[in-house]
Amino acid sequence: MGDDFIVETRSLTKEFKGFVAVSDVNLRVRRHTIHALIGPNGAGKTTCFNLVTKFLIPTRGQILFNGRDITNTEPAAIARQGMVRSFQISAVFGHLTVLENVRVALQRVQGTSFHFWRSGACLDSLNQRADELIEAVGIAEYRDTPAGELSYGRKRALEIATTLALDPEMLLLDEPMAGMGTEDVKRTAELIRRVAAKRTVLMVEHNLSVVADLSDTITVLKLGKVLAEGSYAEISTNPEVVEAYMGSGHADTSHGAAGHA
Amino acid sequence: MNRLTPQVILVLALIAAAIVAPFGVYPIFLMKGLCFGLFAAAFNLLLGYVGLLSFGHAMFFGFSAYITAHTAKEWGLTPELAILAGVAVATLLGAAAGWLAIRRSGIYFAMVTLAFSQMMYFVAVQAPFTHGEDGIQGVPRGHLFGLIDLSDTFAMYYFVLAVFVASLLFINRVVTSPFGQVLKAIRDNEPRAISLGYQVDRYKLLAFTLSAGLAGLAGSLKSLVFQLASLADVHWHASGEVVLMTLLGGVGTIFGPTAGAFLVVAIQNYFSEAGSWVTIIQGMIFVVCVLLFRSGMIGVLAPWLKRRGLTG
Repeated sequence: MGDDFIVETRSLTKEFKGFVAVSDVNLRVRRHTIHALIGPNGAGKTTCFNLVTKFLIPTRGQILFNGRDITNTEPAAIARQGMVRSFQISAVFGHLTVLENVRVALQRVQGTSFHFWRSGACLDSLNQRADELIEAVGIAEYRDTPAGELSYGRKRALEIATTLALDPEMLLLDEPMAGMGTEDVKRTAELIRRVAAKRTVLMVEHNLSVVADLSDTITVLKLGKVLAEGSYAEISTNPEVVEAYMGSGHADTSHGAAGHA
Repeated sequence: MNRLTPQVILVLALIAAAIVAPFGVYPIFLMKGLCFGLFAAAFNLLLGYVGLLSFGHAMFFGFSAYITAHTAKEWGLTPELAILAGVAVATLLGAAAGWLAIRRSGIYFAMVTLAFSQMMYFVAVQAPFTHGEDGIQGVPRGHLFGLIDLSDTFAMYYFVLAVFVASLLFINRVVTSPFGQVLKAIRDNEPRAISLGYQVDRYKLLAFTLSAGLAGLAGSLKSLVFQLASLADVHWHASGEVVLMTLLGGVGTIFGPTAGAFLVVAIQNYFSEAGSWVTIIQGMIFVVCVLLFRSGMIGVLAPWLKRRGLTG
């Protein structure tokens, strides 16, 4: 066992009024890897993801982060421990500029967030770091644009810059490529790969092909249960997985459909 | 920061206009407008910058008015101390009501604040010190710092104006402060703010408490201006009126709520002979505003000025 697993869930279960969305899931995410959680619609991916990030409370089971039990920890506290999530719908602060979006993440660590009597100019000391992050995700030219006016792909890039501002040990990405065109998918995949160099990434994805090259480990969920787990090579040849995807009309296990190159 | 930008010039021009205004306009009317303008600006701190619609702000306005009136009349406190006492009580009341209300959002938040303010209304009806239906009448304005006699209308006006300007500067500071940035982030996307590690309830509570304290300051001033604290100030009508003023003027702007307050106060004053028609006129103006300029008077005016290069 050891602590080379950064996140571990034990018999994780979530029931909604008699309907079991996630049932007895034992997930182990190895440190410094990209781990993908995939499955057809209604497989419980997003529920599982929300349980790990504490946005939902599990009915039963345990969640460990760095060996520490976080089953009853608040979502905001998890973020401060180094585990930061993204959202399926791009989550930016629409009325703040790109720069301000990133600074909101930086300023919490600065410790001025309750200082209502101080001038906003004291945040300017964070600009250099914020600019580096904006540059890194390739949206430097939109620095002073309100985030709400950005295109979808750029919003996602901004979201990643904001997440990275917290320098998290672990990133949880909820369908980072959902609703993207082929070009954006490629660019985002590249970005995730770069970001994951010194971190651990757990991502939820709908299409197997998107995560094929990217992931070290893939866990396939079906009807709330773990169907299979392994490398892409193992998963894509697993007859049960193929069946699950074919059965629900998502024959995306082959390369190509979602722009995989 | 201290350069003479068009914005600074505009603010200075407004202040200059406010200084000469009582020579042309009835000062009590102006003071009423400033008091309600401050009340609406305090309310807007919550609605415009945190996205929380409180439907019980009259309890802070009204209770602070009672405390100031009582301490000035019965205990003989000087006006600045009576005002401080009122603001302190409103702030504490805000912390308590906020602590309960921020656990809910949207319509439920509004309902909890309304319920709380109805409870406080009941207290105001029953408690002996408020004198029930009569209210606290004949409140002495006293001598500011023991020196300036506020029974002089002009002295009172400039005192109210000074407090008003200082409060608006304070609100402007709050919304542009690091704390204000977090508030705007919470308003725009609360789950995301949580995922960045912010305990959003603490920020909302602080904003609520600040807003309550400022609403209290407005109520305290009003009780000295009119030398009266009455049930009308704690009634839910006052809570509704402040929503109206803020929306008419422009939510989420610094000057909008004040503009809205002056409009509403002007309608009440100058159309007062129309009797109950005032409410109907108010209602029609509100409907027209909502249909034609949804972002309020200032919300429409500011971009127009910007396009003409008048403001930054």
